[in-house]
Amino acid sequence: MYEFEFVKPATVAEAVAALAEEDAQALGGGQTLIPTLKQRLAMPSKLVSLTGIPQLKEIGDNDGVLTIGGAVTHAAVAEAAADSYPALADLASHIGDPAVRNRGTIGGSLANNDPAACYPAAALGSGATIVTNRREITADEYFRGLFETALEEGEIITAVRFPVPEKANYQKFLQPASRFALVGVFVAKYAAGVRVAVTGASEEGVFRWREAEAALDASFAPDALDGHSVDAAGMIGDLHGTREYRAHLVKVMAKRAVAAA
Amino acid sequence: MPKDNGIGASPKRREDVRFLTGAGNYTDDINVNGQAYVHFLRADVAHATINSIDTSAAETMPGVVKIFTGADFAEVGGIPCGWGVTDRHGNPQQEPRHPIIAHDTIRHVGEIVAAVVADTLEQARDAAEAIDLDLSDKPAVVDMTKALADGSPKVHEDLSSNLCYDWVFGNPDDDAVQAAFDSAAHVTTLELVNNRLVANPMEPRVAIGDYSRGTDEYTLHTTSQNPHVIRLLMCAFVLGLPEHKVRVIAPDVGGGFGSKIFHYAEEAFCTFAAKACGRAVKWTSTRAEAFISDAHGRDHVTKIELALDADNNFTALRTNTMANMGAYLSTFSTSVPSYLHGTLMAGNYKTPIVQVNVKTVFTNTVPVDAYRGAGRPEATYQLERVIDKAARELDADPIALRRQNFITEFPYETPVALTYDTGDYVATMDKLEQVADLAGFAARRAESEKNGKLRGFGVNCYIEACGIAPSNIVGMLGARAGLYDAATVRVNATGTISVFVGAHSHGQGHETSFPQVVADMIGIDEGMVDIVHGDTGRVPFGMGTYGSRSIAVCGSAMVRATEKIIAKAKKIAAHLMEASDADIELKDGQFTVAGTDKSVAWGDVCLTAYVPHNYPLEELEPGLEETAFYDPANFTYPAGAYACEVEVDPDTGKVTIERFSAADDFGNIINPMIVDGQVHGGLGQGIGQALLENAAYDEDGQLLSASYMDYAMPRADDVPFYQVDHSCQTPCTHNPLGVKGCGEAGAIGSPPAVVNAVIDALQSGGKNVTHIDMPLSPPRVWAAMNG
Ligand SMILES: Cc1cc2nc3c(=O)[nH]c(=O)nc-3n(C[C@H](O)[C@H](O)[C@H](O)COP(=O)(O)OP(=O)(O)OC[C@H]3O[C@@H](n4cnc5c(N)ncnc54)[C@H](O)[C@@H]3O)c2cc1C
Repeated sequence: MYEFEFVKPATVAEAVAALAEEDAQALGGGQTLIPTLKQRLAMPSKLVSLTGIPQLKEIGDNDGVLTIGGAVTHAAVAEAAADSYPALADLASHIGDPAVRNRGTIGGSLANNDPAACYPAAALGSGATIVTNRREITADEYFRGLFETALEEGEIITAVRFPVPEKANYQKFLQPASRFALVGVFVAKYAAGVRVAVTGASEEGVFRWREAEAALDASFAPDALDGHSVDAAGMIGDLHGTREYRAHLVKVMAKRAVAAA
Repeated sequence: MPKDNGIGASPKRREDVRFLTGAGNYTDDINVNGQAYVHFLRADVAHATINSIDTSAAETMPGVVKIFTGADFAEVGGIPCGWGVTDRHGNPQQEPRHPIIAHDTIRHVGEIVAAVVADTLEQARDAAEAIDLDLSDKPAVVDMTKALADGSPKVHEDLSSNLCYDWVFGNPDDDAVQAAFDSAAHVTTLELVNNRLVANPMEPRVAIGDYSRGTDEYTLHTTSQNPHVIRLLMCAFVLGLPEHKVRVIAPDVGGGFGSKIFHYAEEAFCTFAAKACGRAVKWTSTRAEAFISDAHGRDHVTKIELALDADNNFTALRTNTMANMGAYLSTFSTSVPSYLHGTLMAGNYKTPIVQVNVKTVFTNTVPVDAYRGAGRPEATYQLERVIDKAARELDADPIALRRQNFITEFPYETPVALTYDTGDYVATMDKLEQVADLAGFAARRAESEKNGKLRGFGVNCYIEACGIAPSNIVGMLGARAGLYDAATVRVNATGTISVFVGAHSHGQGHETSFPQVVADMIGIDEGMVDIVHGDTGRVPFGMGTYGSRSIAVCGSAMVRATEKIIAKAKKIAAHLMEASDADIELKDGQFTVAGTDKSVAWGDVCLTAYVPHNYPLEELEPGLEETAFYDPANFTYPAGAYACEVEVDPDTGKVTIERFSAADDFGNIINPMIVDGQVHGGLGQGIGQALLENAAYDEDGQLLSASYMDYAMPRADDVPFYQVDHSCQTPCTHNPLGVKGCGEAGAIGSPPAVVNAVIDALQSGGKNVTHIDMPLSPPRVWAAMNG
């Protein structure tokens, strides 16, 4: 690690002020950022911890909308959403290992937008709203490709609002080494329609499989997806699976999610 | 009744108390007064010419003590190779210089290019970033076939090619072998890859070099499986130091699996730098460094052919293997694909003609050397896969085909130079069928099919050769070391015992099992016996632990030394009881005179040895301490049969191991619980190789799976609960304990069973898949099913 300063403010305003400094960076649970620092792949001048801000650790359940503070850990979501949004709780309970879940935060995960991460699928699949210190961003607007988001310099995620669906399910096929998603599919059925979000698979990051959404709008059943597929071109091909394999898995996982929802 | 003390009992591992409560003393726990830290600048390209290295800016950085480059090591030797293989034409292997720090050429990603010693590790890293390297990239040689093709770029310009040796073993007569194939009723051919692995012990390597100006003595603390071997190689071949001035200490070591046998550049560096810097120098490998600097394992590409007659008897076997050496020859690299692999190609079968051809190849990759099993897993995998394929082609039952060809008479001389002293392959197969519940498989398969899964049953046999020996024979075959071991039994005046052993324990539980033997021989509580290991300053010159040799070789030395102790103690007891030595019996720690009620206790005899007031001083020296060196007459031959039962998800290609059963013959067993644990660990590594692990390089020589994000280690939920049985026991005929060794069997015997089971599952689902290369990852299985 290179040397850096460390601050742990108690309010969003203080955090925003601290982040205004050049090369200052927000620190959530550190599960991504700290390993990056250890490898000397990043050189922030100051780390601004968000985990001491009570407002960012709130969880609220209001009128069919679950609001999760930006610094809420995966373990806390797994517990708090178990009744209100079981599919989301289940997703959170399968991220990494207990150490990761007790440190890693939803804000950190969504800010990082790893193409194989789980939360992006939940946020996009739920049509969630990403709330920052400056504005509200719809999930459809928020995700911009691998590790790219709509967040601007110094902007922090203060909360995420999830409309709770009628039913939903997340199916994650594990990359055997990292146990991130080789392919993960989040399916959620709302009165307004079905949403299908896919993580792990595409070179563009998390995406909505709109063809599947239309088919499932017509009939919410696994075999509604027969005859539909995603194009292997544009999928990730690497050591852990070819493009064709990932394209195939998207469909298999989507069907399983529908069956399990 | 299971015993609760001595040989055959299963006391819990006493060392685990300290390991599990944080009281272990690993090398990184050791800090020497005033130590400095070294950070190695490692190559991030696979092949390049070093035009220049400018360290001037780095030298002025805070905390820097000294910066070393290849030029600083021009005067010292290179890392030696411990085995010289003679090729098929009688020529020696090509043996390139293996520098401590790359001199003019970089030959693999991870090779040391410069070393920065500084007050703190972070300062050393800061300074390393200020070193200016001027490199000219050269084309990387990665693929073995391409490396051997005419006109390939060379890894070593001063060698004639990338071929280390071309070796033939078994029947050397190509025409006779071909004739056997020509006259065969059936020939089965299989091409396969034995995937490259990274050992990944939990504790990464660490070295601390220390030098005393006052006494001109060096101490190297290192994570080694064999401290005496390291001392010898480093002193005699690399640094040219007098051995008596060098002490090598390998304290608690957190796993090795072979990767900590070898003498590594970092060890020689820290020893050398300690004197040059006037301070102790410490290095602790990161996990990232371990991936690109620990020797890798396996990496063979093989074509194997099996000839059978019309009655399905095996008549001939021929193999052609390319084995990757990486960029340099690591300590035992050249012995692994030759004498530890070719000699095992007969397996458990009485195939009369066997010919093994191995070409070892230099590539711009990390050096490859022994990894748990070392050559024997590669042999077993090919053989047991080709037999399974033959059974399918012939519509024969794979178990019956094996049984029909088993060696049943012992001793048996194989066509590949080994003499199996004993074994009972029928018994282990019978036992396997029982523990694997073969009879219930059909019902389990039907159940899986109901759930949309394909279920397969795979079986294989294995034989391993442990305790490589005798020294004079292996010397003729090219070993540049002896393969005996040594033990000193020191009885204290109050009757407790310290046994100083040449074997090294880094997970094997020697601290528990070795005392069981000595305590049993004397008839005292094993709590009265401790072993001391891992320190050239304390233990006799022993060869360390690898090749499942510890109990068979060092344990035998310990028995011999204990026998000498008992013989002397009997003389003392005879003196005390005024009887003749020949009438003295030792039982339960009491010396008695046959036919009388006289007795004297073990403790009294020990005290008398050290307080010799009433003692035959004219005939007998005082004291009770004996050393024995033991050089085995032969290898030992553990063998067994393994069965794997898998489910395959046809939608995703994911393989789940539902059951794994092992029936092993390890001869006599000292501690059955420790043996279970050794088999479990080996099975975990074998399953890891079969389903998960893969050290994959790209064309440029970059390791793609260079961290746990991409290198898949087996985890608890990847393996099933094992059924392990070692009740079939044919004791080794030539060592005093009748033991064979059990450390590697699990890793040797399991990969073919897994692959055979997956092929069985796919075939049961109507897929005409005859082979998939390891690891059988979901995409590979899925592609094979849909190919
Ligand atoms: C072993 C392991 C296994 C894992 N497995 C999975 C898995 O299966 N699935 C999965 O989805 N993830 C997995 N992860 C990633 C894990 O979920 C991380 O916790 C997460 O990606 C980052 O969250 P964090 O709070 O730790 O963020 P940090 O590491 O602290 O920060 C990550 C990035 O986000 C920024 N940031 C942090 N908080 C905010 C905020 N509130 N607003 C704006 N920017 C912010 C930081 O500046 C940094 O750039 C795994 C991680 C590990 C170490």
